[in-house]
Amino acid sequence: MNTMENDFSATRRLILKGAGALTLIGLGIVPLDVTKALAAANDKYPEEAFKQKSDADVIKTLYGKTAEPSEKVKMDAPEIAENGAVVPVSVTTTLADVTSIAFLVSENPNVLIAKYNIPAGTLPSVANRIKMAKTSNVTVLVEAGGKLYSAAKEVKVTVGGCGG
Amino acid sequence: MTIRRRDFLTLAGAATLSASLPRLARGADNAGVYDLERFGNARILHITDTHAQLRPVFFREPSVNLGVGPMQGNPPHLVGRAFLDRFGIRPDSADAYAFTCVEFEKAAGRFGKLGGFAHLKTLIDRLRSEVSSGRSLLLDGGDLWQGTGLANTMQGADMVDAANLLGIEAMTGHWEFTYGETVLRANLERFKGEFLAQNVYLTEEAAFNDAKAFDPASGRVFKPSIIKEIGGHRVAIIGQAFPYVPIAHPKRFTPDWKFGIRDEELQKLVDAHRNNDKVDAVILLSHNGMDVDLKLASRVTGIDVILGGHTHDAVPQPIAVTNAAGVTLVTNAGSNGKFLAVLDLELGKGKVKDVRYRLLPVFSELLRPDPAMQALIDKIREPQAALLNDKVGVADRLLYRRGNFSGSMDQLICDALLGELNVEIALSPGFRWGTTALAGQPLTMEDVLAQTAVTYPETYVQTMTGGQIKDVLEDICDNLFNADPYYQQGGDMVRVGGLHYTCTPAESVGKRISDLKLDNGRKLEAGKRYKVAGWASVNEQTGAPIWDVVVRHLRSGKPPNRSPPGVTLKGVEGNPGIAGHV
Repeated sequence: MNTMENDFSATRRLILKGAGALTLIGLGIVPLDVTKALAAANDKYPEEAFKQKSDADVIKTLYGKTAEPSEKVKMDAPEIAENGAVVPVSVTTTLADVTSIAFLVSENPNVLIAKYNIPAGTLPSVANRIKMAKTSNVTVLVEAGGKLYSAAKEVKVTVGGCGG
Repeated sequence: MTIRRRDFLTLAGAATLSASLPRLARGADNAGVYDLERFGNARILHITDTHAQLRPVFFREPSVNLGVGPMQGNPPHLVGRAFLDRFGIRPDSADAYAFTCVEFEKAAGRFGKLGGFAHLKTLIDRLRSEVSSGRSLLLDGGDLWQGTGLANTMQGADMVDAANLLGIEAMTGHWEFTYGETVLRANLERFKGEFLAQNVYLTEEAAFNDAKAFDPASGRVFKPSIIKEIGGHRVAIIGQAFPYVPIAHPKRFTPDWKFGIRDEELQKLVDAHRNNDKVDAVILLSHNGMDVDLKLASRVTGIDVILGGHTHDAVPQPIAVTNAAGVTLVTNAGSNGKFLAVLDLELGKGKVKDVRYRLLPVFSELLRPDPAMQALIDKIREPQAALLNDKVGVADRLLYRRGNFSGSMDQLICDALLGELNVEIALSPGFRWGTTALAGQPLTMEDVLAQTAVTYPETYVQTMTGGQIKDVLEDICDNLFNADPYYQQGGDMVRVGGLHYTCTPAESVGKRISDLKLDNGRKLEAGKRYKVAGWASVNEQTGAPIWDVVVRHLRSGKPPNRSPPGVTLKGVEGNPGIAGHV
């Protein structure tokens, strides 16, 4: 019956699961020179996208095109989070030529959680844990063959309280 | 207790339902209450949510059990007369007394208590002896080990003995988990049946540290299912534990385990039983709650029957749910040992050809208690009998708990919190277990513990802002009335003392609760801090256990507070889930 602590730290806690050859560029604490190196090695660090406050603005900034919901994007997230500080959200897809996967939490102070670049030949499967401020829609974006696809689900963050 | 046997003998026989045939008329006026028409080649008996009530109880069914959206007006969200009409039960009958709150006090005097494990044992043995040996099964849907002072002190060990003697062959769990892993495993070690749960997994950390699991490869902590041979046919029984254990209860009891509904994993399991094991029937023994089961039945294919519990809905007939591959029947078998469900199946090769289902009220006055079970109960209870029998007060009015928003028993608990802990506002959890006391009945320690016996009974006093209080009410209300059952937790609304509010169940989260006021009529201010007391917090607390606070209150001799509960409902006109007022 107690309220949950809503302390939302600026640093997102991201845990990469599995040993896939994934490139994580979503960490807001990457030092500048590494950012530059990353930018040189890959596409540019999406600094602007991480500042956006709505799904639409993130998608616009990150991809510049609209996402189309797809049943081929299989997202796994709990209906009600057991712990709002570490909500497991994962995605796999049967779409071909996946180039990136991104996670969005609409109600978080900064909507974009992470964007993973998927090198050719890598299984498009990402699992991470997300810190959620409160109940929110969680959206997964999959960029494949130059197009953008999505799946979404509401994840409830509750103060608890029981029943039967 | 004056008992008129004739009242029982005219009891309408039990509801009969076939997935393929229209419902048969009720009414077996000349048959004994428990003389069932023989049907099929396999009999599955199901009890659920007995909440450790070893002895017969009074239990008033709710007068408020609202459904919103597509759930409005559909079982289980029917109460009182609407319930009787929907299921063709004669008012004034023994069935009406068992299944609804209609004229509860009058009927309680006439038909007496229900349940009790010695009475259940007699009925179960009789129904099993009617079919040939090896043609029946006894299943328990969980919440077997919690709900009494005895079970709480013995950490469920008493109920393992009772379950073994009763002959329970498989069970799943909910409150069982609140004793923690060590106690749970020690109890299961002694349990002669199987504990089944397809939806409990090791956390990644626990798996990495090689924590104990039934199947380390998948991380499944418990055996998910068993296949039972019944008269040459194979029946798969899959267990579905309460999906929200670490959310509804303190996470510290189950730090290594994660739960969830997990219908994709369930579908894989059903498919494997169908395709690889070539079973003839698949039964889900579920502690999801009825609304969750109804949704699950529409999504997961290949399950013949979901034997459900958790929401304590006594539903006389199964609800048939159509899905992509056929029909799944969904049941819910009440609580507190009041009912025994009888599922008779006509099994064929690879399929269930036909079904009969009856939810039998266990009228204690009509059943001779089984001597062996009675002896066991007496033996288990004896060391604590003096403490449990201690008279701590008298029921000044009908005291019950069940209902979406309030119950007179919870008002009493809130009054105790307000008076004894000197606060402005009291909060008490909306549990659905807890027996009923008739007006004038002495209240014993056992009665108080039947409302309060949990493994985290500590009270707390803290200050909260008006905004925080509203957020808590909104949050809990959404657990009850979210339009999507998968987001519900199956409990009732938190009970409040010292506080008044208006609730609009059909609204969305954040908009259901309005017009919050204190007892003195002052508006609750969002930014102002208030002194609040409560108990059963998911966070660790250090206050006196709630039962001590309630006993202190009862012994203080303070005049009872009979003011109506401070909840006003909006938008529920015409909803058959409410009879009378809150």
